Amino acid sequence: MADTLTGSAPDAAAPVPEFPMARAAGCPFDPPPALQARQDEGRLVKVRLWDGSTPWLVTRYEDQRALLLDPRVSADITSPGYPLQAPNNGKNNISFILMDDPEHARLRRMVTAPFAVKKVEALRPGVQRIVDDLIDDMLAAGGPLDLVEAFALPVPSLVICQLLGVPYADHYFFQENSKTLIKRDAAMEDRTAAHGRLIGYLDDLMGRKMTEPGDDLLSGLVARVEAGELTRQDAAQMGVLLLLAGHETTANMIALGTLALLENPDQLALLRDSDDPRLVASAVEELLRYLNIVHGGRRRAALEDIEIAGEVIRAGEGMIMPNDIANRDPDAFPDPDRLDITRDARRHVAFGFGVHQCLGQPLARMELQVVYSTLYRRIPTLRLAAEVDSLPFKHDGSVYGVYSLPVTW
Amino acid sequence: MRVELDEPKCVASGQCVMAAPEVFDQRDEDGIAFVLDEKPPADLLDDVREAVAICPAAAIRLVDR
Ligand code: HEM
Ligand code: SF4
Repeated sequence: MADTLTGSAPDAAAPVPEFPMARAAGCPFDPPPALQARQDEGRLVKVRLWDGSTPWLVTRYEDQRALLLDPRVSADITSPGYPLQAPNNGKNNISFILMDDPEHARLRRMVTAPFAVKKVEALRPGVQRIVDDLIDDMLAAGGPLDLVEAFALPVPSLVICQLLGVPYADHYFFQENSKTLIKRDAAMEDRTAAHGRLIGYLDDLMGRKMTEPGDDLLSGLVARVEAGELTRQDAAQMGVLLLLAGHETTANMIALGTLALLENPDQLALLRDSDDPRLVASAVEELLRYLNIVHGGRRRAALEDIEIAGEVIRAGEGMIMPNDIANRDPDAFPDPDRLDITRDARRHVAFGFGVHQCLGQPLARMELQVVYSTLYRRIPTLRLAAEVDSLPFKHDGSVYGVYSLPVTW
Repeated sequence: MRVELDEPKCVASGQCVMAAPEVFDQRDEDGIAFVLDEKPPADLLDDVREAVAICPAAAIRLVDR
Protein backbone atom coordinates (compact mmCIF):
# COMPACT_ATOMS: atom_id res chain seq x y z
CA MET A 1 0.00 0.00 0.00
CA ALA A 2 1.29 3.47 -0.82
CA ASP A 3 2.60 5.63 1.98
CA THR A 4 0.25 8.42 2.86
CA LEU A 5 1.93 11.70 2.20
CA THR A 6 -0.47 14.07 3.88
CA GLY A 7 2.29 15.44 6.12
CA SER A 8 3.89 17.39 3.32
CA ALA A 9 0.76 19.07 1.94
CA PRO A 10 1.68 22.74 1.48
CA ASP A 11 -1.39 24.13 3.22
CA ALA A 12 -3.29 21.75 5.44
CA ALA A 13 -6.33 24.06 5.42
CA ALA A 14 -6.84 24.12 1.65
CA PRO A 15 -8.64 21.01 0.47
CA VAL A 16 -6.46 18.86 -1.76
CA PRO A 17 -8.33 18.07 -4.99
CA GLU A 18 -9.13 14.47 -5.80
CA PHE A 19 -7.41 12.77 -8.73
CA PRO A 20 -8.42 11.60 -11.31
CA MET A 21 -10.88 14.32 -12.22
CA ALA A 22 -13.93 14.07 -14.48
CA ARG A 23 -14.08 15.38 -18.03
CA ALA A 24 -16.72 17.97 -18.82
CA ALA A 25 -19.89 16.74 -20.50
CA GLY A 26 -19.83 17.66 -24.17
CA CYS A 27 -16.02 17.99 -24.26
CA PRO A 28 -14.88 14.40 -24.84
CA PHE A 29 -11.49 15.39 -26.28
CA ASP A 30 -10.39 17.86 -23.63
CA PRO A 31 -8.69 17.11 -20.32
CA PRO A 32 -10.89 17.48 -17.23
CA PRO A 33 -11.37 21.22 -16.57
CA ALA A 34 -10.38 20.81 -12.91
CA LEU A 35 -7.14 19.16 -14.02
CA GLN A 36 -6.39 21.80 -16.64
CA ALA A 37 -7.03 24.50 -14.01
CA ARG A 38 -4.23 23.12 -11.83
CA GLN A 39 -1.78 24.21 -14.53
CA ASP A 40 -2.54 27.86 -13.77
CA GLU A 41 -2.26 27.20 -10.06
CA GLY A 42 1.37 26.15 -10.10
CA ARG A 43 4.00 23.89 -11.55
CA LEU A 44 3.76 21.42 -8.70
CA VAL A 45 0.52 20.96 -6.77
CA LYS A 46 -0.81 18.20 -4.55
CA VAL A 47 -3.68 15.90 -5.39
CA ARG A 48 -5.44 13.22 -3.37
CA LEU A 49 -5.78 9.65 -4.61
CA TRP A 50 -8.34 6.94 -3.81
CA ASP A 51 -6.15 5.65 -0.94
CA GLY A 52 -5.79 9.06 0.71
CA SER A 53 -2.21 9.59 -0.41
CA THR A 54 -1.31 13.03 -1.76
CA PRO A 55 1.33 12.84 -4.47
CA TRP A 56 2.57 15.79 -6.51
CA LEU A 57 0.84 16.66 -9.74
CA VAL A 58 3.40 17.95 -12.23
CA THR A 59 1.47 20.35 -14.42
CA ARG A 60 3.92 21.69 -17.01
CA TYR A 61 5.34 20.06 -20.11
CA GLU A 62 8.98 20.97 -19.43
CA ASP A 63 8.90 19.77 -15.81
CA GLN A 64 7.26 16.49 -16.78
CA ARG A 65 9.95 15.87 -19.39
CA ALA A 66 12.74 16.72 -16.95
CA LEU A 67 11.39 14.40 -14.26
CA LEU A 68 10.62 11.52 -16.61
CA LEU A 69 14.24 11.70 -17.73
CA ASP A 70 15.67 11.84 -14.20
CA PRO A 71 17.27 8.59 -12.91
CA ARG A 72 16.23 9.53 -9.36
CA VAL A 73 12.63 9.08 -10.48
CA SER A 74 11.37 5.51 -10.19
CA ALA A 75 8.69 3.72 -12.22
CA ASP A 76 8.85 0.73 -9.89
CA ILE A 77 5.40 0.16 -8.47
CA THR A 78 6.96 -1.12 -5.21
CA SER A 79 9.02 2.04 -4.57
CA PRO A 80 7.86 3.88 -1.42
CA GLY A 81 5.40 6.61 -2.34
CA TYR A 82 4.51 5.22 -5.76
CA PRO A 83 1.04 6.62 -6.56
CA LEU A 84 -1.06 3.54 -7.12
CA GLN A 85 -3.86 3.66 -9.65
CA ALA A 86 -5.82 0.97 -7.80
CA PRO A 87 -5.17 -1.48 -4.96
CA ASN A 88 -2.14 -3.60 -5.74
CA ASN A 89 -1.52 -7.07 -4.37
CA GLY A 90 1.80 -7.45 -6.15
CA LYS A 91 0.41 -10.15 -8.41
CA ASN A 92 -0.66 -8.15 -11.44
CA ASN A 93 2.63 -6.61 -12.44
CA ILE A 94 3.40 -6.62 -16.09
CA SER A 95 7.07 -6.73 -16.83
CA PHE A 96 9.50 -3.91 -17.46
CA ILE A 97 7.01 -1.03 -17.76
CA LEU A 98 6.98 -1.07 -13.93
CA MET A 99 10.70 -1.62 -13.36
CA ASP A 100 13.76 0.59 -13.10
CA ASP A 101 17.09 0.33 -14.86
CA PRO A 102 19.26 -1.68 -15.09
CA GLU A 103 16.70 -4.54 -15.08
CA HIS A 104 14.25 -2.50 -17.17
CA ALA A 105 16.90 -1.82 -19.82
CA ARG A 106 18.06 -5.43 -19.85
CA LEU A 107 14.56 -6.73 -20.51
CA ARG A 108 13.49 -3.95 -22.87
CA ARG A 109 16.54 -4.46 -25.08
CA MET A 110 15.49 -8.06 -25.62
CA VAL A 111 12.43 -6.90 -27.57
CA THR A 112 13.46 -3.62 -29.17
CA ALA A 113 14.78 -5.04 -32.46
CA PRO A 114 11.47 -5.74 -34.23
CA PHE A 115 10.17 -2.25 -33.37
CA ALA A 116 13.03 -0.43 -35.10
CA VAL A 117 11.74 2.14 -37.59
CA LYS A 118 12.95 0.39 -40.73
CA LYS A 119 11.74 -3.06 -39.64
CA VAL A 120 8.34 -1.59 -38.93
CA GLU A 121 8.35 0.15 -42.30
CA ALA A 122 8.76 -3.26 -43.95
CA LEU A 123 5.43 -4.29 -42.40
CA ARG A 124 3.55 -1.40 -44.02
CA PRO A 125 2.30 -3.28 -47.12
CA GLY A 126 0.91 -6.06 -44.92
CA VAL A 127 -0.86 -3.53 -42.69
CA GLN A 128 -2.28 -1.79 -45.77
CA ARG A 129 -3.72 -5.14 -46.88
CA ILE A 130 -5.29 -5.76 -43.47
CA VAL A 131 -6.85 -2.29 -43.50
CA ASP A 132 -8.14 -2.65 -47.07
CA ASP A 133 -9.63 -6.09 -46.38
CA LEU A 134 -11.45 -4.84 -43.29
CA ILE A 135 -12.85 -1.87 -45.23
CA ASP A 136 -13.98 -4.27 -47.99
CA ASP A 137 -15.84 -6.27 -45.34
CA MET A 138 -17.43 -3.13 -43.91
CA LEU A 139 -18.58 -1.96 -47.33
CA ALA A 140 -19.98 -5.40 -48.08
CA ALA A 141 -21.84 -5.54 -44.75
CA GLY A 142 -23.22 -2.01 -45.12
CA GLY A 143 -23.84 0.57 -42.38
CA PRO A 144 -24.66 1.33 -39.72
CA LEU A 145 -22.08 -0.68 -37.83
CA ASP A 146 -19.78 -0.33 -34.86
CA LEU A 147 -16.43 0.95 -36.09
CA VAL A 148 -14.67 -0.28 -32.93
CA GLU A 149 -15.66 -3.89 -33.47
CA ALA A 150 -15.49 -3.90 -37.26
CA PHE A 151 -12.27 -1.99 -37.70
CA ALA A 152 -10.55 -0.13 -34.86
CA LEU A 153 -9.85 -3.19 -32.71
CA PRO A 154 -9.16 -5.77 -35.46
CA VAL A 155 -6.45 -3.66 -37.17
CA PRO A 156 -3.96 -3.50 -34.26
CA SER A 157 -4.99 -6.94 -32.98
CA LEU A 158 -4.22 -8.61 -36.30
CA VAL A 159 -0.93 -6.74 -36.56
CA ILE A 160 0.33 -7.47 -33.04
CA CYS A 161 -0.76 -11.12 -33.31
CA GLN A 162 1.31 -11.53 -36.46
CA LEU A 163 4.32 -9.84 -34.92
CA LEU A 164 4.19 -11.81 -31.67
CA GLY A 165 3.06 -15.10 -33.16
CA VAL A 166 -0.25 -15.23 -31.28
CA PRO A 167 -3.19 -16.93 -33.04
CA TYR A 168 -5.74 -14.22 -33.92
CA ALA A 169 -8.47 -16.81 -33.41
CA ASP A 170 -7.94 -16.30 -29.66
CA HIS A 171 -8.60 -12.56 -29.87
CA TYR A 172 -11.87 -12.65 -27.95
CA PHE A 173 -10.11 -14.31 -25.02
CA PHE A 174 -7.24 -11.85 -24.72
CA GLN A 175 -9.28 -8.75 -25.53
CA GLU A 176 -11.79 -9.54 -22.80
CA ASN A 177 -9.07 -10.20 -20.25
CA SER A 178 -7.07 -7.12 -21.13
CA LYS A 179 -10.23 -5.02 -20.84
CA THR A 180 -10.57 -6.18 -17.23
CA LEU A 181 -6.90 -5.63 -16.51
CA ILE A 182 -6.91 -1.98 -17.60
CA LYS A 183 -10.26 -1.07 -16.08
CA ARG A 184 -9.65 1.33 -13.24
CA ASP A 185 -12.60 0.25 -11.16
CA ALA A 186 -12.39 -3.51 -11.70
CA ALA A 187 -12.18 -5.44 -8.42
CA MET A 188 -8.66 -6.49 -7.54
CA GLU A 189 -9.63 -10.19 -7.56
CA ASP A 190 -11.02 -9.81 -11.07
CA ARG A 191 -7.87 -8.13 -12.30
CA THR A 192 -5.69 -10.75 -10.66
CA ALA A 193 -7.76 -13.51 -12.25
CA ALA A 194 -7.59 -11.89 -15.71
CA HIS A 195 -3.85 -11.38 -15.31
CA GLY A 196 -3.42 -15.02 -14.28
CA ARG A 197 -5.36 -16.24 -17.32
CA LEU A 198 -3.25 -14.12 -19.67
CA ILE A 199 0.01 -15.30 -18.09
CA GLY A 200 -1.19 -18.90 -18.32
CA TYR A 201 -2.17 -18.42 -21.96
CA LEU A 202 1.17 -16.88 -22.93
CA ASP A 203 3.14 -19.48 -20.97
CA ASP A 204 1.26 -22.24 -22.73
CA LEU A 205 1.76 -20.69 -26.14
CA MET A 206 5.49 -20.25 -25.52
CA GLY A 207 5.69 -23.83 -24.34
CA ARG A 208 4.38 -24.90 -27.74
CA LYS A 209 6.88 -22.63 -29.46
CA MET A 210 9.70 -24.51 -27.74
CA THR A 211 8.99 -27.50 -29.95
CA GLU A 212 7.69 -25.57 -32.95
CA PRO A 213 9.47 -22.23 -33.10
CA GLY A 214 8.22 -19.70 -35.65
CA ASP A 215 9.63 -16.53 -37.11
CA ASP A 216 8.01 -14.30 -34.52
CA LEU A 217 8.80 -12.25 -31.42
CA LEU A 218 7.59 -14.82 -28.88
CA SER A 219 9.75 -17.52 -30.46
CA GLY A 220 12.67 -15.13 -30.01
CA LEU A 221 11.84 -14.87 -26.30
CA VAL A 222 11.55 -18.65 -26.06
CA ALA A 223 15.07 -18.94 -27.48
CA ARG A 224 16.27 -16.58 -24.73
CA VAL A 225 14.56 -18.70 -22.09
CA GLU A 226 16.35 -21.74 -23.48
CA ALA A 227 19.64 -19.84 -23.46
CA GLY A 228 19.10 -19.05 -19.75
CA GLU A 229 18.86 -15.27 -20.30
CA LEU A 230 15.26 -15.03 -19.20
CA THR A 231 13.00 -16.95 -16.84
CA ARG A 232 9.81 -18.43 -18.22
CA GLN A 233 7.78 -16.23 -15.91
CA ASP A 234 9.54 -13.07 -17.15
CA ALA A 235 8.99 -14.16 -20.75
CA ALA A 236 5.27 -14.71 -20.20
CA GLN A 237 4.95 -11.32 -18.48
CA MET A 238 6.68 -9.61 -21.38
CA GLY A 239 4.33 -11.38 -23.76
CA VAL A 240 1.33 -10.06 -21.82
CA LEU A 241 2.75 -6.52 -21.81
CA LEU A 242 3.31 -6.54 -25.58
CA LEU A 243 -0.03 -8.09 -26.39
CA LEU A 244 -1.90 -5.64 -24.16
CA ALA A 245 0.00 -2.47 -25.00
CA GLY A 246 -0.11 -3.35 -28.67
CA HIS A 247 -3.83 -3.26 -29.33
CA GLU A 248 -5.99 -1.35 -26.83
CA THR A 249 -4.00 1.84 -27.33
CA THR A 250 -3.89 1.89 -31.11
CA ALA A 251 -7.53 0.79 -31.34
CA ASN A 252 -8.61 3.77 -29.27
CA MET A 253 -6.54 6.15 -31.36
CA ILE A 254 -8.36 4.84 -34.44
CA ALA A 255 -11.87 5.15 -33.01
CA LEU A 256 -11.45 8.36 -31.02
CA GLY A 257 -9.32 9.85 -33.81
CA THR A 258 -12.10 9.16 -36.29
CA LEU A 259 -14.61 10.81 -33.98
CA ALA A 260 -12.35 13.85 -33.54
CA LEU A 261 -11.99 14.19 -37.30
CA LEU A 262 -15.73 13.80 -37.90
CA GLU A 263 -16.26 16.56 -35.35
CA ASN A 264 -13.68 18.74 -37.11
CA PRO A 265 -14.79 18.43 -40.76
CA ASP A 266 -12.32 21.03 -42.05
CA GLN A 267 -9.43 18.96 -40.68
CA LEU A 268 -10.94 15.76 -42.04
CA ALA A 269 -11.30 17.33 -45.50
CA LEU A 270 -7.70 18.53 -45.40
CA LEU A 271 -6.50 15.03 -44.59
CA ARG A 272 -8.77 13.26 -47.08
CA ASP A 273 -7.95 15.55 -49.99
CA SER A 274 -4.19 15.40 -49.62
CA ASP A 275 -1.92 12.62 -50.75
CA ASP A 276 1.14 14.02 -49.05
CA PRO A 277 2.46 11.36 -46.66
CA ARG A 278 4.01 14.16 -44.60
CA LEU A 279 0.59 15.63 -43.88
CA VAL A 280 -0.68 12.19 -42.89
CA ALA A 281 2.29 11.73 -40.55
CA SER A 282 1.68 15.19 -39.13
CA ALA A 283 -2.01 14.40 -38.56
CA VAL A 284 -1.01 11.29 -36.59
CA GLU A 285 1.29 13.33 -34.31
CA GLU A 286 -1.36 16.02 -33.83
CA LEU A 287 -4.08 13.52 -32.98
CA LEU A 288 -1.74 11.81 -30.50
CA ARG A 289 -1.05 15.21 -28.91
CA TYR A 290 -4.69 16.23 -28.91
CA LEU A 291 -6.34 13.01 -27.72
CA ASN A 292 -3.94 11.65 -25.09
CA ILE A 293 -5.62 8.30 -24.83
CA VAL A 294 -3.23 6.98 -22.13
CA HIS A 295 -4.77 9.51 -19.78
CA GLY A 296 -4.08 8.21 -16.26
CA GLY A 297 -0.81 10.11 -16.11
CA ARG A 298 2.69 8.69 -15.85
CA ARG A 299 3.17 7.61 -12.25
CA ARG A 300 6.51 7.76 -10.51
CA ALA A 301 8.17 7.97 -7.07
CA ALA A 302 11.22 9.98 -6.00
CA LEU A 303 14.17 7.85 -4.87
CA GLU A 304 16.08 10.91 -3.63
CA ASP A 305 15.21 14.54 -2.88
CA ILE A 306 14.74 16.38 -6.17
CA GLU A 307 14.72 20.15 -6.50
CA ILE A 308 12.44 21.38 -9.21
CA ALA A 309 10.10 24.29 -9.87
CA GLY A 310 11.13 26.00 -6.63
CA GLU A 311 10.06 22.99 -4.55
CA VAL A 312 11.73 19.89 -3.24
CA ILE A 313 10.15 16.59 -4.04
CA ARG A 314 11.27 14.43 -1.13
CA ALA A 315 12.53 10.90 -1.44
CA GLY A 316 9.53 8.62 -1.00
CA GLU A 317 7.03 11.08 -2.45
CA GLY A 318 4.93 10.24 -5.47
CA MET A 319 4.42 12.16 -8.71
CA ILE A 320 1.72 12.07 -11.33
CA MET A 321 2.47 13.46 -14.77
CA PRO A 322 -0.62 13.60 -16.96
CA ASN A 323 0.31 13.89 -20.61
CA ASP A 324 -3.08 15.37 -21.42
CA ILE A 325 -2.25 18.68 -19.72
CA ALA A 326 1.42 18.58 -20.79
CA ASN A 327 0.28 18.31 -24.40
CA ARG A 328 -2.11 21.22 -23.86
CA ASP A 329 0.54 23.40 -22.20
CA PRO A 330 0.47 26.74 -24.05
CA ASP A 331 4.20 27.20 -23.44
CA ALA A 332 4.88 24.06 -25.47
CA PHE A 333 2.07 24.21 -28.04
CA PRO A 334 0.54 27.55 -29.05
CA ASP A 335 -3.26 27.57 -29.15
CA PRO A 336 -3.15 24.10 -27.59
CA ASP A 337 -6.87 23.32 -27.59
CA ARG A 338 -7.14 23.59 -31.33
CA LEU A 339 -6.84 20.46 -33.45
CA ASP A 340 -4.57 21.50 -36.31
CA ILE A 341 -3.12 18.67 -38.35
CA THR A 342 -0.68 21.03 -40.06
CA ARG A 343 1.14 21.99 -36.87
CA ASP A 344 4.44 20.37 -35.92
CA ALA A 345 3.37 18.30 -32.91
CA ARG A 346 6.28 15.88 -32.87
CA ARG A 347 7.46 16.97 -29.42
CA HIS A 348 4.29 15.73 -27.73
CA VAL A 349 4.51 13.35 -24.78
CA ALA A 350 1.59 11.10 -25.74
CA PHE A 351 4.06 8.18 -25.81
CA GLY A 352 5.61 9.29 -22.53
CA PHE A 353 9.21 10.46 -22.14
CA GLY A 354 12.41 9.08 -20.64
CA VAL A 355 13.55 5.49 -20.68
CA HIS A 356 9.99 4.12 -20.60
CA GLN A 357 8.87 5.99 -23.69
CA CYS A 358 6.64 3.74 -25.72
CA LEU A 359 8.47 0.81 -27.26
CA GLY A 360 5.78 0.28 -29.89
CA GLN A 361 5.62 3.87 -31.14
CA PRO A 362 7.04 3.24 -34.63
CA LEU A 363 4.48 0.48 -35.09
CA ALA A 364 1.59 2.56 -33.69
CA ARG A 365 2.54 5.49 -35.92
CA MET A 366 2.75 3.35 -39.04
CA GLU A 367 -0.62 1.67 -38.34
CA LEU A 368 -2.27 5.03 -37.72
CA GLN A 369 -0.74 6.52 -40.87
CA VAL A 370 -2.14 3.65 -42.94
CA VAL A 371 -5.55 3.93 -41.30
CA TYR A 372 -5.90 7.72 -41.46
CA SER A 373 -4.77 7.80 -45.10
CA THR A 374 -7.12 5.01 -46.18
CA LEU A 375 -10.38 4.90 -44.23
CA TYR A 376 -11.72 8.38 -45.01
CA ARG A 377 -10.74 8.17 -48.65
CA ARG A 378 -12.30 4.81 -49.25
CA ILE A 379 -15.46 5.81 -47.35
CA PRO A 380 -15.64 9.56 -48.03
CA THR A 381 -19.19 9.87 -46.74
CA LEU A 382 -18.39 8.21 -43.40
CA ARG A 383 -20.49 9.77 -40.63
CA LEU A 384 -21.66 9.15 -37.09
CA ALA A 385 -24.83 7.11 -36.67
CA ALA A 386 -25.45 8.34 -33.10
CA GLU A 387 -25.36 11.55 -31.11
CA VAL A 388 -21.90 12.35 -29.76
CA ASP A 389 -23.33 12.85 -26.27
CA SER A 390 -24.82 9.36 -26.29
CA LEU A 391 -21.50 7.61 -27.01
CA PRO A 392 -20.04 5.37 -24.30
CA PHE A 393 -16.72 7.03 -23.49
CA LYS A 394 -14.11 5.06 -21.56
CA HIS A 395 -13.94 7.22 -18.47
CA ASP A 396 -13.23 4.17 -16.34
CA GLY A 397 -10.15 2.79 -18.03
CA SER A 398 -6.46 3.63 -17.97
CA VAL A 399 -6.81 3.94 -21.76
CA TYR A 400 -9.37 6.52 -22.89
CA GLY A 401 -11.56 6.14 -25.95
CA VAL A 402 -15.01 4.91 -26.90
CA TYR A 403 -16.44 1.45 -26.22
CA SER A 404 -18.35 1.63 -29.48
CA LEU A 405 -18.67 4.07 -32.37
CA PRO A 406 -21.76 3.61 -34.55
CA VAL A 407 -21.03 4.86 -38.06
CA THR A 408 -22.69 4.75 -41.43
CA TRP A 409 -22.06 6.19 -44.91
CA MET B 1 28.94 20.71 -35.94
CA ARG B 2 29.38 17.12 -34.82
CA VAL B 3 26.72 14.63 -33.71
CA GLU B 4 27.43 12.61 -30.58
CA LEU B 5 25.37 9.68 -29.43
CA ASP B 6 25.64 8.25 -25.93
CA GLU B 7 24.83 4.67 -26.84
CA PRO B 8 24.28 3.18 -23.35
CA LYS B 9 21.54 5.76 -22.78
CA CYS B 10 19.64 4.89 -25.97
CA VAL B 11 16.28 3.16 -25.46
CA ALA B 12 15.70 2.37 -29.15
CA SER B 13 12.70 4.65 -29.50
CA GLY B 14 13.48 5.34 -33.14
CA GLN B 15 12.64 9.04 -32.75
CA CYS B 16 16.00 10.16 -34.18
CA VAL B 17 15.61 7.95 -37.25
CA MET B 18 12.20 9.48 -37.89
CA ALA B 19 13.46 13.04 -37.41
CA ALA B 20 16.73 12.72 -39.35
CA PRO B 21 16.88 9.50 -41.37
CA GLU B 22 20.00 10.64 -43.23
CA VAL B 23 21.90 11.02 -39.97
CA PHE B 24 20.70 8.18 -37.72
CA ASP B 25 19.93 4.50 -38.09
CA GLN B 26 19.25 1.61 -35.72
CA ARG B 27 21.25 -1.58 -35.23
CA ASP B 28 19.65 -4.71 -36.62
CA GLU B 29 20.18 -6.82 -33.51
CA ASP B 30 18.62 -4.52 -30.88
CA GLY B 31 17.35 -1.30 -32.44
CA ILE B 32 19.95 0.81 -30.62
CA ALA B 33 20.76 3.94 -32.61
CA PHE B 34 24.01 4.81 -34.32
CA VAL B 35 25.20 7.83 -36.26
CA LEU B 36 25.43 7.50 -40.04
CA ASP B 37 26.87 10.93 -40.64
CA GLU B 38 28.83 12.49 -37.78
CA LYS B 39 29.25 15.80 -39.58
CA PRO B 40 25.97 16.34 -41.34
CA PRO B 41 25.68 19.11 -43.93
CA ALA B 42 24.08 22.37 -42.84
CA ASP B 43 20.74 21.64 -44.46
CA LEU B 44 20.25 18.63 -42.17
CA LEU B 45 21.08 20.41 -38.94
CA ASP B 46 17.49 21.40 -38.23
CA ASP B 47 16.46 17.76 -38.44
CA VAL B 48 19.29 16.83 -36.09
CA ARG B 49 18.20 19.54 -33.64
CA GLU B 50 14.70 18.08 -33.73
CA ALA B 51 16.18 14.64 -32.98
CA VAL B 52 18.07 16.12 -30.02
CA ALA B 53 14.83 17.64 -28.74
CA ILE B 54 12.67 14.55 -29.06
CA CYS B 55 15.15 11.85 -28.03
CA PRO B 56 13.40 10.53 -24.91
CA ALA B 57 16.69 9.50 -23.30
CA ALA B 58 18.68 12.71 -23.93
CA ALA B 59 21.24 10.54 -25.67
CA ILE B 60 22.06 12.86 -28.58
CA ARG B 61 24.18 16.01 -28.59
CA LEU B 62 25.17 18.41 -31.31
CA VAL B 63 28.57 19.87 -30.43
CA ASP B 64 30.63 22.65 -31.94
CA ARG B 65 33.77 21.50 -33.71
C1 HEM C 1 -1.12 4.96 -30.20
C2 HEM C 1 -0.81 3.93 -29.52
C3 HEM C 1 0.01 3.93 -28.26
C4 HEM C 1 0.10 4.86 -27.25
C5 HEM C 1 -0.61 6.19 -27.14
C6 HEM C 1 1.05 4.33 -26.28
C7 HEM C 1 1.44 5.00 -25.13
C8 HEM C 1 2.42 4.58 -24.27
C9 HEM C 1 2.90 5.33 -23.13
C10 HEM C 1 2.38 6.68 -22.67
C11 HEM C 1 3.89 4.61 -22.53
C12 HEM C 1 4.75 5.03 -21.33
C13 HEM C 1 4.37 4.46 -20.03
C14 HEM C 1 5.17 5.04 -18.89
O1 HEM C 1 6.09 5.84 -19.08
O2 HEM C 1 4.87 4.71 -17.74
C15 HEM C 1 4.02 3.38 -23.29
C16 HEM C 1 4.90 2.36 -22.98
C17 HEM C 1 4.94 1.16 -23.68
N1 HEM C 1 4.27 0.84 -24.84
FE1 HEM C 1 2.96 2.01 -25.83
N2 HEM C 1 1.50 3.11 -26.72
C18 HEM C 1 0.90 2.83 -27.91
C19 HEM C 1 1.08 1.71 -28.70
C20 HEM C 1 1.91 0.67 -28.38
C21 HEM C 1 2.12 -0.48 -29.23
C22 HEM C 1 1.53 -0.72 -30.60
C23 HEM C 1 2.97 -1.30 -28.55
C24 HEM C 1 3.47 -2.61 -29.10
C25 HEM C 1 3.72 -3.65 -28.47
C26 HEM C 1 3.30 -0.65 -27.28
C27 HEM C 1 4.15 -1.15 -26.30
C28 HEM C 1 4.59 -0.45 -25.18
C29 HEM C 1 5.53 -0.98 -24.22
C30 HEM C 1 6.15 -2.36 -24.23
C31 HEM C 1 5.74 0.02 -23.26
C32 HEM C 1 6.66 -0.03 -22.04
C33 HEM C 1 7.98 0.59 -22.35
C34 HEM C 1 8.93 0.65 -21.18
O3 HEM C 1 8.51 0.62 -20.03
O4 HEM C 1 10.15 0.69 -21.42
N3 HEM C 1 2.65 0.55 -27.23
N4 HEM C 1 3.13 3.39 -24.34
S1 SF4 D 1 15.90 9.03 -30.25
FE1 SF4 D 1 17.37 8.65 -28.61
S2 SF4 D 1 16.59 6.85 -27.55
FE2 SF4 D 1 15.51 6.96 -29.49
S3 SF4 D 1 16.68 5.65 -30.87
FE3 SF4 D 1 17.47 7.73 -31.13
S4 SF4 D 1 19.15 7.88 -29.67
FE4 SF4 D 1 18.00 6.08 -29.09
